[in-house]
Amino acid sequence: MTLQEIKDVLLEIIQDIDEEADLTTLQPDQALRDQLDLDSMDFLDIVMELRKRYKIQIPEADYPRLATLESCITYLEPLLQGV
Amino acid sequence: MDNQAQHNRIVITGVGLVAPNASNLKEFRANLLKGHSVIHEIDLRYVGRVPAGICTFEETRYRKKKENKRGTRAGCLGVYCAHEALLDAGLDQATYPVDRTGVYIGLTEHGTVETENEIYNISQYNYNTDFWTHHHNPRTVLNNPAGEITMSLGITGPHYSIGGACAAGNAALIQGVQMLRLGEVDLALAGGISESTGSFGIFASFRAQGALASHPDGPTKACRPFDLDRNGIVVSEGASIFTLERLDRALARGAKIYGELVGYAMNSDARDFVLPYGPRQAECMTLALQRARLAPADIDILNTHATGTKQGDIEECSAIRQVFRNCDTTFINNTKSIIGHAMGAAGVLELAGNLPAFEDNYVHPTINLDTIDPECELPNLVAGEPRRIKRATTILNNSFGMVGINSVVIVKKIDEI
Repeated sequence: MTLQEIKDVLLEIIQDIDEEADLTTLQPDQALRDQLDLDSMDFLDIVMELRKRYKIQIPEADYPRLATLESCITYLEPLLQGV
Repeated sequence: MDNQAQHNRIVITGVGLVAPNASNLKEFRANLLKGHSVIHEIDLRYVGRVPAGICTFEETRYRKKKENKRGTRAGCLGVYCAHEALLDAGLDQATYPVDRTGVYIGLTEHGTVETENEIYNISQYNYNTDFWTHHHNPRTVLNNPAGEITMSLGITGPHYSIGGACAAGNAALIQGVQMLRLGEVDLALAGGISESTGSFGIFASFRAQGALASHPDGPTKACRPFDLDRNGIVVSEGASIFTLERLDRALARGAKIYGELVGYAMNSDARDFVLPYGPRQAECMTLALQRARLAPADIDILNTHATGTKQGDIEECSAIRQVFRNCDTTFINNTKSIIGHAMGAAGVLELAGNLPAFEDNYVHPTINLDTIDPECELPNLVAGEPRRIKRATTILNNSFGMVGINSVVIVKKIDEI
């Protein structure tokens, strides 16, 4: 997957969690939790959806790397190579 | 009347509800008087097409779509009804402190829908439990619907569920009355909720028991208590929550008062998992009347529990005939014939639908009663059309459930203090 494709997938998953969230003003380098109404259970929803879609397991120790949209993309890029 | 006596008298001051044919009391009452049923067929996983009562209401009026997705259907129904009840009562957080407010919710069951959904979910992933949702536990804890209400309203007083099969709604009202009388809370949000239409297992179990209703003329004809052709239950979702306050406080703030909970009783059959038992139901009604200091003839409207099962209806009719012998001005009706069986919500929802009789003096009809079963013959059974009565001042509400649980609540109009 390209970086843009990964970004699109992440935004789609977040939008599915919160359909009323405005993602147009999202700053890629700022923490998602500071910009959106997301809590730890929502992050687990993101992890679960990635597991369902791409069969990837994200260990709990890596959760901090999902803090921003940018860090998510960087973290997922090698895991989604060839998808 | 002295202040202490008024302090121990508990009144209903607000009603929030969602039924298959309404999302507020005014609409509900109008549709009950018309006998308007919207029971229709749903296509349920594994079970196929079955008659059911599904509620349509503004699910995002009081919380975000995201929160509805996070929580349960029962929570969604409960949050709507709790907000509606408070609005109807004219209550806000300035009236009663949030830590002196209790939430008591009656449930027939909870977690069945969520568990079935998750098993179906992991069946799509070869039953690998890595795909089991992290939402499962908070969704299925038994206090879930009541807890979702406290989160939505910022209530910090006690909240919990009352598990009482299909007597649960009445049981929660009773709990609310008791907690107010004990001084544990100053305001009780008490009622019942059912999300059972989401569970294939509940329908399949009734079907296996030979107790799932159907009718060749369509789903609105399927629920037919007391009729010779009745063949079982129509499962419905629904909810109703009342605000309960002490009479003195309600009067002091000039609240609209629907009625006073003057009597109640609960008991157990102690004999069978599913078959109800009339003699014990009669004892339950008698005890509630005694506590209310009323004679059977003082009851103007008796709202039956009857669900449309062969034996259940006969048992209740036999109990009513025993207790209400020669009560010429007691009129009897059945709400399930119109809305189906809302399980844990049934008692409160059916009581709610009859409360406006204190104002309009009508008894809403029982529908689908084409040929009375001789074993269900009752004097003054209101069928087909609403019945205008001289004066409605008392309602007795029956609600019974599996494993032999019986509940009776009596509400009296407040017009003389």
